[in-house]
Amino acid sequence: MSEAHHAELPFWRRYIFSTDHKVIGIQYGLTGLFWLLFGFCLMMIMRWSLAFPDQPLPVVGKLLGWILGEGAVPGGVILPELYNSFGAMHGTIMVFMGVVPLAVGAFGNFILPLQIGAVDMAFPKINMVSYWSLFVGSVIMALSFFVPGGAASSGWTSYPPLSDIATTGQTWWLFGMVFLITSSLLGSINFIVTTINLRAKGLSFFRLPFFVWAQFVTAFLLLLAFPPLESAAVMQLMDRLAGTSFFLPSGMVVSGEPLAVSGGGNPILWQHLFWFLAHPEVYVLILPGMGIVAEVIANNTRKPLYGYRAMVYSLVFLGFMSFVVWAHHMFMTGMGTTMSAFFQTTTMIISIPSVVIVTCLLLSLWGGSIRFNAPMLFAVGFLPMFSIGGLTGLPLGLSVPDLHFHDTLYVIGHFHYVVAPGTLFALFAGIYYWFPKATGRHLSDRLGKIHFWGSLTFMNGVFFPMFIQGLAGMNRRLYDGGASYADPVAVVDSGFYSHVVTTIDLNLMMSVSAWLMGIFQLVFIFNFIWSLKKGKRVKDDNPWNATTLEWLAPSPPPHGNFTIEPVVYREAYEYSVPGAGKDFSPQFEKG
Amino acid sequence: MTQDLEHVEEHIRACIVVFLSLLVLTGLTVWASYLEVPAPAAITIALCIAATKGTMVGLYFMHLISEKKLIYFALGMTVFFFLGLILLPVLGVHDIIRLLITKSY
Amino acid sequence: MSVVIPHIYEPRQDTGLTNAKLGIWLFLASEVMLFGGLFSAYVILRINNPLWQTWASILSVPLATFNTFLLITSSITVVLGWASLILKKDFKRYRFYMILTLLCGIGFMVVKYFEYTAKFHHGLFPSSNPFMAVYFTLTGLHGLHVLGGMAVLAYYCWPGSYLWKTNPVWFTQRVECAGLFWHLVDLVWIFLFPTLYLM
Repeated sequence: MSEAHHAELPFWRRYIFSTDHKVIGIQYGLTGLFWLLFGFCLMMIMRWSLAFPDQPLPVVGKLLGWILGEGAVPGGVILPELYNSFGAMHGTIMVFMGVVPLAVGAFGNFILPLQIGAVDMAFPKINMVSYWSLFVGSVIMALSFFVPGGAASSGWTSYPPLSDIATTGQTWWLFGMVFLITSSLLGSINFIVTTINLRAKGLSFFRLPFFVWAQFVTAFLLLLAFPPLESAAVMQLMDRLAGTSFFLPSGMVVSGEPLAVSGGGNPILWQHLFWFLAHPEVYVLILPGMGIVAEVIANNTRKPLYGYRAMVYSLVFLGFMSFVVWAHHMFMTGMGTTMSAFFQTTTMIISIPSVVIVTCLLLSLWGGSIRFNAPMLFAVGFLPMFSIGGLTGLPLGLSVPDLHFHDTLYVIGHFHYVVAPGTLFALFAGIYYWFPKATGRHLSDRLGKIHFWGSLTFMNGVFFPMFIQGLAGMNRRLYDGGASYADPVAVVDSGFYSHVVTTIDLNLMMSVSAWLMGIFQLVFIFNFIWSLKKGKRVKDDNPWNATTLEWLAPSPPPHGNFTIEPVVYREAYEYSVPGAGKDFSPQFEKG
Repeated sequence: MTQDLEHVEEHIRACIVVFLSLLVLTGLTVWASYLEVPAPAAITIALCIAATKGTMVGLYFMHLISEKKLIYFALGMTVFFFLGLILLPVLGVHDIIRLLITKSY
Repeated sequence: MSVVIPHIYEPRQDTGLTNAKLGIWLFLASEVMLFGGLFSAYVILRINNPLWQTWASILSVPLATFNTFLLITSSITVVLGWASLILKKDFKRYRFYMILTLLCGIGFMVVKYFEYTAKFHHGLFPSSNPFMAVYFTLTGLHGLHVLGGMAVLAYYCWPGSYLWKTNPVWFTQRVECAGLFWHLVDLVWIFLFPTLYLM
């Protein structure tokens, strides 16, 4: 429909049940940002328990008791059960309701059609359904905090047999996941068809911005990896609601009573099906971020990306390999040495494309005319942070060191480095970079820099000591941060734990870092809201002097996106072309 | 246009042949299930017949025999990952490869 | 500029595909992975389980064979229905074949109903043993897909049929896509049948 016809639609069809990819992208964005904040708050509460176990949490503890009931938070003290539930929900919310909706749903939906010169996604109505499916799933997850027994508390990984016999919250988690998975599946079909079939004239595959390639590969991961988890969720629901024993082994005894089920199930079956998704899922978490970083770096070095083709091939290879490494999460489940060797090999191989991509991004800085604005700071900061995350993954991917590291804080440090100062920094870079496109105004660059430096400092403050604790052998998912290792009564041979007890004191510093990190996110939240109305207006549609197609559209783009039909004349990052009149040659400009 | 229509007519004729073959193969697989053969052989026979039937449904009913390359690509990857999902966990249950190599079965 | 999505029913030249054709195949790929998860469960739960075949022996091979014939027949009638639209441009003939397809589908579900109730009558439920768990879950999920497919085919017979008058090319392609989903349902059954009933 035309812009005029679109303007005739009632408010609820223009902004609530919209089929316009930009509105849907913003819906995903606001939802994702909200849940990121929520998950962050869960973590800040958890960190109190880690630093001051069994002590009442001032102010917030009372508030929690008021919201969740005195039973869950007696006297403001975070019970171990509540800690477990917050831990499981923190992971679930951050991954499935925070990062993926923001990285894929928001950035993908808003930017991808613009960057390929399309008027919208291939299936706008399905796009709308996919957002509302996410919304319903989120509501179910939110409500699960209030059911008897509280929210799911068997980890975001929901391993049976524990998850099979856990309280009602776990059933809510499973139903919530079904909606979240459906949302991703529908979205991934849309992204793939759009990228293949709706590219503008002249836009061949190797002229696509790296961001589009990243979203494209991500969509394939979501499409093919999520369904086995959906079937596993169905099976766990059957176990919990229909009394089946898909995951319950024979002879299981709970609290002294044999479980009245048929048995014959296999808990490892769940792990296989879960990790078949969850490993590609972690690449879903990082690839859009790499895409964003590539865009921001190319734009702010005024140079083409180094090794664009190598990066694209690496991306595709990475996507493919991500399906055959999953059992490196399962080295401790008693698999044979040959199986273990297979997955170690594939895991080592998969590290190569990541290194190629990061190295190319790093080399892209060489000889550049670098502009250190807020998005660029986040994009450049991503490089060493993601590298720490990636490098610390290597000993985890080898089964012998993993014997020591599995289920310790080392793992938590590893994956948080890749996702928090990794993906999240990339997403912040994307927000600062594309906010002008979406709103026609800039975010405050000064506040952005404050946001960056505070976040960088305190991210490292929270997560780096985790490697130290993990190396010392501190187990993960302990509500007291390992304090019981030092308990002379509980621990029989305290000599065995003499090393790990020295790392318990790091918890305080880590928690304080987390809370200070929170303060710096307030700067971002303020900046975001304030700039919506008071931000500096863009000087024209292309304020960053960028080369990719989305900058041809007005800022913000109208319904239908482009005022003239976009045609592509060159590759994506033609910056500083010798002989050109200016330091950037946009894809959409002739000659 | 007439070429298209002829192509479709040929395709329909092929589909009818496929339909009859599927009926026969179904009868065959039921018959074969009553044969006294060891389990690995029985499973292999059943899966081979099923694969043949499935391939025919895919190639003709679903018209894959004249589909575009992109579809083949997407499906090829799917088949590969499907096989990985089915076979890799199995190989981990009893370390079948090691048993075969060391001949300790 | 108006927001008309290109390649809805006109294939794009370099890919040769319409959006819907590509989209439905991607969806089918995800469905293959969905059933793959369940088949993987079957394999892992069955390995080295000596009781499996005892548990499985209570299933009725004749009933399931009949069901297999029903689904295979329904697949050819879908093809003939689509052919009526594209070759003969005969909507009534298309509807006739679709009704045959739906009858086959209903027959399939009726047989399933009898199979399930017979099990319950004998005190066999999903919770009875791992084989029953796999059997009910696999055939149950497949049955839901049969119902879903039938709903789509019925939609294009009646409420959705207006499109035949306004844009017959688009309508035919939509019928083709619905048919592809139906064939997948048949395809899954082709593997389910020997796996659960014959092996």
